[in-house]
Amino acid sequence: MTPVLAIEGLHVWFELPNHKELHAVQGISFALEPGERLGLVGESGCGKTTAILAMMGLLPPTASAAGKIILNGDDILAGGDATMRPHRWMDISMVFQGAMNAFDPVKTIGSQIQEPIVKAKLADGKAARLRTAELLELVGISGSRQDRYPHEFSGGMRQRAAIAMALACDPKVLLADEPTTALDVMVQAQILELLVQLTDDLGLAMIMVTHDLPLVSQVCTRAAVMYAGEIAEIGTTHALYHEPLHPYTRMLFSATPDLLAEQTVRSIPGAPPRLDQPLVGCPFQPRCDSALTACASEAAPLRTGTDGHRAYCHLKETV
Amino acid sequence: MSFIDAPMTPLDEVRKSPSRLRSLLSFLRKHPQAAIGFVILMLFVFIAIFGPYFAPYGEREQVGPIFGTPSSAHPLGLDDGGIDVLSLLIYGARVTLIVGFAGAVVAMLVGGSIGIISGYFGGKIDNALMRTTDYFLVLPDLVLMIVVASIWGRSLRNIIIIIGLIYWTFMARLIRAQVKVVRERAYVKRAQALGATHTRIIFRHVIPQIAPLLLAQTVLMVALAIFLETAISFLGLGDPSVASWGKMIETAFSRSAISYGAWWAIAPPGIAVALVIMAFNMVGTAAEDSLNPRLRVSHLARRHFRLRPLPDKEPPK
Amino acid sequence: MTEPLLQVDDLVVHYPAGRKRVVHAVDGVSLTVAPGEFVALVGESGCGKTTTAQAIMRMAKVTAGTITYRGRDITTFSQREMRPIRHEMQLIFQDPYESLDPRFRVRDTVIEPLQIHGVTDNREERVRAALERAGLTPAELYIDRYPHELSGGQRQRVSIAASLVLEPTLLLADEPVSMLDVSVRAGILGLLDELRKSGLGILMITHDLSTAAHYADRICVMYLGRVVEEGPAHEVIRNPQHPYTKALVSVVPQSDPDRATKPQILQGETPNPINIPSGCRFHPRCPVAEARCQSEDPQLRPVGGAGQQAACLLI
Repeated sequence: MTPVLAIEGLHVWFELPNHKELHAVQGISFALEPGERLGLVGESGCGKTTAILAMMGLLPPTASAAGKIILNGDDILAGGDATMRPHRWMDISMVFQGAMNAFDPVKTIGSQIQEPIVKAKLADGKAARLRTAELLELVGISGSRQDRYPHEFSGGMRQRAAIAMALACDPKVLLADEPTTALDVMVQAQILELLVQLTDDLGLAMIMVTHDLPLVSQVCTRAAVMYAGEIAEIGTTHALYHEPLHPYTRMLFSATPDLLAEQTVRSIPGAPPRLDQPLVGCPFQPRCDSALTACASEAAPLRTGTDGHRAYCHLKETV
Repeated sequence: MSFIDAPMTPLDEVRKSPSRLRSLLSFLRKHPQAAIGFVILMLFVFIAIFGPYFAPYGEREQVGPIFGTPSSAHPLGLDDGGIDVLSLLIYGARVTLIVGFAGAVVAMLVGGSIGIISGYFGGKIDNALMRTTDYFLVLPDLVLMIVVASIWGRSLRNIIIIIGLIYWTFMARLIRAQVKVVRERAYVKRAQALGATHTRIIFRHVIPQIAPLLLAQTVLMVALAIFLETAISFLGLGDPSVASWGKMIETAFSRSAISYGAWWAIAPPGIAVALVIMAFNMVGTAAEDSLNPRLRVSHLARRHFRLRPLPDKEPPK
Repeated sequence: MTEPLLQVDDLVVHYPAGRKRVVHAVDGVSLTVAPGEFVALVGESGCGKTTTAQAIMRMAKVTAGTITYRGRDITTFSQREMRPIRHEMQLIFQDPYESLDPRFRVRDTVIEPLQIHGVTDNREERVRAALERAGLTPAELYIDRYPHELSGGQRQRVSIAASLVLEPTLLLADEPVSMLDVSVRAGILGLLDELRKSGLGILMITHDLSTAAHYADRICVMYLGRVVEEGPAHEVIRNPQHPYTKALVSVVPQSDPDRATKPQILQGETPNPINIPSGCRFHPRCPVAEARCQSEDPQLRPVGGAGQQAACLLI
């Protein structure tokens, strides 16, 4: 199958007030097939949110980007905002972090979902209302509730409405930034079930950004583990859990309490490196529990496994 | 346990503790309008303090004809009593600034304490205090001035009280809203959980947090107070025994300076009042801006991210 | 079993919500914490777990029930009488970014409890000892810093140090790690675990069953102001009895993608604590509810043989 979205060597820099530069995303590459669910995981500040904002072309003016974002064979990053804009919301859309709290309290849910439809001149008036009702039904809310105000919806329902809004223009790729943070476990389960069902039914590809590994294990088929702006390891969730190639992946798993596992939970000492200065060697080396001497000075080589499983690590044996 | 979750850089590297003077200078550098206002203010404060030492003539000394025109001996001319206007202006600076500062401080103390008590305790206390505030807020300023001046007499002290009475309500409402926010902070809750007394929490946690705002508002209020003092004096409700700028305008006006064409008796104090008010406003609004980042709208400017070529040393990722 | 440090019996906290409506935030909660015991109070938002902790700290008004601390009924203690109790009972807050006064250096934050309780001897040593006990070693490195110069995990450790400086016997921790990065959570929880081993009683409020499963000795599961199931952590997680606990356990995502969980997803959300359903308060969402569940209000009673209790008519 041809990928619907391919990212090749994507870089993002931010200007800092002190004339320095923050290299937030340092050349990431991966491809996403239709209907695929990819998890993007890592600690805060590792560049996951910046990476997906770049895919939406929603970087602030202090940012600069390089690389390729190939949507259906065309590099949409090549012309900057001019080439990104036509695809934003139409082909790639996003459920923002905290989207459920971002609705305008004085407008009805329906009118806010309609906004992108009307703006894109896909429909207006009655047709737009019909489309809105259809979208709400798609996410499990009765279409007759489109004239309600945000405060009349519970948190879970607002999150569903935010998903409906992202689906308004029939995108091919859905980016979800921490879609269940701040939701209770039961509502989280409902939302995850909805996302899985939507991707299955609509052939929608999804990238889910989260810091919660178990969530990715349960929802996604593949996952990319980001560290210091790079993809440290990418592969199927099965491979990441059972045969990780990068110690960071293994250590992240063992830092996460798992409901039924008995082994002790271990935190990862230290903190991610600052990205406003150049990195030498493997960025994870200072925190790694199995670092070799080469790790401090030489960039980590590529290690590959089966099914597109790859990682950047000096270790040769299993980690 | 000997594990640290982030590398610690030495303290002197993360924080070169800026002195108060240095932080004032950097504030002024970032806000040029505040710097201009600050310079004007310093000038007037200097005049207010040292003016009597270099004022060319006395405050009540007749040195020439009534409404004498400006000359090299009297650059701003003479007033209705033949007194040198420049000297009067210099003497008046002290009274005007004292009344302005004192009025603002009274408003800050009364309004600030009521706002803090109201916001911190909430509930019935808050209700009672805010009702009272509302009553004061709807009292017409003019009537209040006339009543106070006629009951207690015309004196500098009473003017200060009137200014305090009129302006404390603004301060109280503003501070109350801020305190309500601070009160909900987890560190205040923590102090409560520890059993700290209300006095301790208010003085250790609440006031330091709202102090900058209190200060900025007080500066703004000095401008209002000076304006009000001028108005009160102009209405003839000021202290008859001291020379303030408002009083200068009032006497010049009532002694028909205008029909004499003696603009120099009215314009200088008027310009001085305007300058001082403007200066206080410039400093106050800049301070308020820097305390309240929400007022900044620069992010709304529509600019897009830039593209750049890939770095030379492309890592194989 | 040793005498409990904390015993809460039938705690009720109601507060008015205007127009004669009442929020039944806590509606009959009983629990105990023994010295050296780590108890987790688990539930979804709005179930009353935070209000329970606030009532124990006497920061929320108790409507009914009793709170006993070391054999003394503190339910009706005045704020003055509470002072010595507050010396021994400490609260750790959720948000390490909010719970430290931004204008206080680490020293000022940690010394404050000593000032409030009038402890004057060896203040500096006590502060250093508390910081090092909280894992901030060497203390010199941290003691003069402001909160914004510390990472989230370090701030939470400062917050814990401020709770330890009075050498308390009971810690109430309200979601102590939910705002922290995964990589540092284990460190903070491990610290609480060590404190427990040194004899402190810990009551941790959390929505995260996995965390509770790993660190707690016992778990109390709350739903709409009540404890619906309670027992040893191992039993509650692996052998849940109450239908709500069963559903809750089933939807927790697990790290192993092959461990195919069959999530039993309950529809809807926790009802609003103003209109409590009749009978068993869980019946409108319960997958196995029967007719009598609408009228009979179940109480906690022993189920299984391992000290587990559940409030369900159908067990």
